[in-house]
Amino acid sequence: MEKENLIAEVRKRFPAEIESDMETLGDQVLIVRREGLRAVMAGLRAAPFDYAVLLDLTCVDFLDSENRFEMVYHLFSVSRNRRLRIKVSLPGENPVVDSLTELWKNANWLEREVFDMFGVAFMGHPDLRRILMYEGFQGHPLRKSYPWRKEQPRIPLKD
Amino acid sequence: MSGFDFLTTRFETALGWGRKFSLFHYPFVTACCGMEYMSTACAHFDLDRFGAGWTRFSPRQSDLILVVGTVSHKLAPVLRTVYDQMMEPKWVIAFGACAVSGGIYQNYAAVQGIDRVIPVDIYIPGCPPRPEMVLDGILKLQEKIQKQKQDWRWKKKT
Repeated sequence: MEKENLIAEVRKRFPAEIESDMETLGDQVLIVRREGLRAVMAGLRAAPFDYAVLLDLTCVDFLDSENRFEMVYHLFSVSRNRRLRIKVSLPGENPVVDSLTELWKNANWLEREVFDMFGVAFMGHPDLRRILMYEGFQGHPLRKSYPWRKEQPRIPLKD
Repeated sequence: MSGFDFLTTRFETALGWGRKFSLFHYPFVTACCGMEYMSTACAHFDLDRFGAGWTRFSPRQSDLILVVGTVSHKLAPVLRTVYDQMMEPKWVIAFGACAVSGGIYQNYAAVQGIDRVIPVDIYIPGCPPRPEMVLDGILKLQEKIQKQKQDWRWKKKT
């Protein structure tokens, strides 16, 4: 399945869920609506698209824009040797998106990291708690609104 | 045999001489500076020439802690505990820019210099420092140990 066919095929299957598509630096990008993420991902995971590998899952904070957070998913199909990027926009107030742990096991820790760093909640995640920062840490350090160089020491420190 | 059959010295001087040439070090290695530490400690640069070659991976048996690399806030209590477990007399070397000042990591995660957690005797800057700088730091520490008032009643260091 070649590039154009793939996008056309996916868009045909999920006309309501997919907002738009584009290509950046030879990589294809699908912009998906928040409500439709789980359905689109399940479709891409199965044949004929066969995106068996979730390479990465991360988040971007666009502080001043209307949809503040943007989730980015990188998929890879071993059988077809193709890559695909999926983007979902989330509002700044109460950012929630569906968890993909049932489709890809490694999404578990990746989503925990995004939760820890950006405060994005994942619906249906089996164990949503911090993964990198320590217990008692307030806020989400990779948010642009987190104060620059604000420290939260665990023990009293000298100046 | 000519020469001398006896020599005189002060107890403090003898104690300092003994201490400075028998530094058992504990490597608290967290980051890339560890490569330079290994290079320094191994045969090519040979830390053992200065009597500091004996690496103890137990804080109880060491009297010099080399903090090599970035210490994050998550790790700071661990460093404090390791330091507290060491026997007196003890010395600390901050090895590399991160341990000295936080280095390039001016952010939420990194402690801005380990002297905020434990008292430091010698700072070795550099990102990472060359082994020669580390050896120089060890020599500076030996000088310091020789000159300092030798505490042999094991008073608590503050």
